[in-house]
Amino acid sequence: MPPKTLYDKIWNAHVAHEAVDGTCLLYIDRHLVHEVTSPQAFEGLRIAGRSIRSPDKTIAVPDHNVPTTEGREDPQNMTEDSAIQVAALDKNAREFGIHYYPVTDIRQGIVHIVGPEQGWTLPGMTVVCGDSHTATHGAFGSLAHGIGTSEVEHVLATQTLIQKKSKNMKVEITGKLAPGVTAKDITLSVIQRTGTAGGTGHVIEYCGEAIRDLSMEGRMTVCNMAIEGGARAGLIAPDQKTFAYIKGRPHAPKGAQWEAALAWWKTLYSDEDAIWDKVITMSADDIAPVVTWGTSPEDVLPITDVVPSPHDFEGGKVGAVERSLEYMGLSPGTKLSDIKIDTIFIGSCTNGRIEDLRAAADILRGKKIQSGLRAIVVPGSGLVREQAEHEGLAEIFRQAGFEWRLAGCSMCLAMNPDQLRPGERCAATSNRNFEGRQGRGGRTHLMSPAMAAAAAITGRLTDVREMI
Amino acid sequence: MERFTTLTGIAAPMPLVNIDTDMIIPKQFLKTIKRSGLGANLFDEMRYFESGHENPEFVLNQEKYRDCQILVTGENFGCGSSREHAPWALMDFGIRCIISASFADIFYNNCFKNGILPLTFSQEIVANLMQDAEKGANARMTIDLETQSVTTSDGERFLFDIDRFRKYCLLNGLDDIGLTLEKIAFIDTFERQSRMERPWV
Ligand code: SF4
Repeated sequence: MPPKTLYDKIWNAHVAHEAVDGTCLLYIDRHLVHEVTSPQAFEGLRIAGRSIRSPDKTIAVPDHNVPTTEGREDPQNMTEDSAIQVAALDKNAREFGIHYYPVTDIRQGIVHIVGPEQGWTLPGMTVVCGDSHTATHGAFGSLAHGIGTSEVEHVLATQTLIQKKSKNMKVEITGKLAPGVTAKDITLSVIQRTGTAGGTGHVIEYCGEAIRDLSMEGRMTVCNMAIEGGARAGLIAPDQKTFAYIKGRPHAPKGAQWEAALAWWKTLYSDEDAIWDKVITMSADDIAPVVTWGTSPEDVLPITDVVPSPHDFEGGKVGAVERSLEYMGLSPGTKLSDIKIDTIFIGSCTNGRIEDLRAAADILRGKKIQSGLRAIVVPGSGLVREQAEHEGLAEIFRQAGFEWRLAGCSMCLAMNPDQLRPGERCAATSNRNFEGRQGRGGRTHLMSPAMAAAAAITGRLTDVREMI
Repeated sequence: MERFTTLTGIAAPMPLVNIDTDMIIPKQFLKTIKRSGLGANLFDEMRYFESGHENPEFVLNQEKYRDCQILVTGENFGCGSSREHAPWALMDFGIRCIISASFADIFYNNCFKNGILPLTFSQEIVANLMQDAEKGANARMTIDLETQSVTTSDGERFLFDIDRFRKYCLLNGLDDIGLTLEKIAFIDTFERQSRMERPWV
């Protein structure tokens, strides 16, 4: 048999039909649904008189709009349009009989945190969601990617997607990360290298010692941002860490089924001599704690660097950098560590898991944030929040001067009341620094949770290595 | 879905690279449960000042481009989120074709589901078409999906590649779900078999 990549293997196991031109019907094992990209899809089903083919493979949770402050189950505490969307999800979930975690359920949270936490995401699966950060689930060796609302409707009705196969891209990170350097720094550094379109048309498999050494949380952080590099999905081959993480989760297989599943999962890796369309190799030694300075996730530099000049770039990027520096209120040559911030946001599907909260709390323990700063921590799920309280992390955050919130997307995209005001500058652990992403005129610097915690203490972008 | 056969219209130049979905339609407009009405807020933050007044510098606010149906854009157009609100807003505004050196995957897919034709050309040809778009309202571009060609106002003609299945669906305005349901027997068979092979799914 010809050698195969992990992507080839998962793909082959899910083709329900292939037309002569290579267009496939790809079978979907898990379909995650949230309130923003699904109402029109359910409405489409109703209008056409169609039902959901596999309600048992469909999981819904409200996350994008919901406030993360107490009393949020009362629709009065939401804007009218947000309340309508959340109510629509509630109605659709109940009417179509799919799995559902309403805001009153402790298991509610960001859809990409809830899926793995509940054991819905398993190796070798196909996972989709009307959300680009579905790539997160690739950390388990599942083929996971975002889809549009028309495709949400297509999956609801047929449990398949019309797809053509993407290309294979390997991103290998060799060696070991230095202290203070995290999964977030890996994923941002890869995007700096490839650009936001570098992965377009490809599925990335991340491998190498630095990736193997990451926890499941760290691997999710890496895959989460595959989409920011333009890739259709990010993958990491499952290993003992993966299996240990899954075992015992509510929807993980049990008993004989566990054994059968495990036997298959162990075959899920790229063959030694597999052929790649594109290969990128980076050494962990070359990865430092990084921050973004512009309005594209490729605008990444080590914290020890300075704001670049538009003339450092070529082609269409020159104009884009001019525009983004103006938007960001930055001038070339400014030391990144001299940039003062107003707000700190720790959370999101990139960095809202327990390990992220631990990393930030480690830096904050016994310290206070600069006065005058607004700082919020938004755990990725109700269960993450509960565990953090149990471990005493919530107390560390509160004592340091952070607000301790309920679970949701919150200031990652500012669809709920948590928004930056024009000109406000934020150290954020989320994944997008686009213009207006965190509120109209708001300025976002992306970084790891430890770096965000360090910035909270000094009030400016800070090299976390000075604090460890 | 609306069919796409030929289109002759005004093309607007947007040379900025990495125009993301947040720029195309900011999140505050995602709180709708409908597909229609989003055109008014297309490119909202670039198009309007905070006061709500139009920014006269923005290309689509210039008289000659108000009725444009084609956008010629910088590379990596549509990067960012999966929101189909982006093509809905473009369509609602009247855009039926977008020309760029590259598109983000999900956005590219979403266009086809909504009767919008995204066309990829080399940087060189995009630059050429950008120049043509800069001529304003008197310069009309023609796109013919059947013959897979774009003709500039000067009569220069460029051929484009497009996936055969997608072309067929656009030309005929076909709904994907209807097409897939014709193959339901294959899905049934797959499901039966995979239930035996991977019963834990
Ligand atoms: S946390 Fe941010 S990126 Fe993740 S799903 Fe929510 S809005 Fe999207």
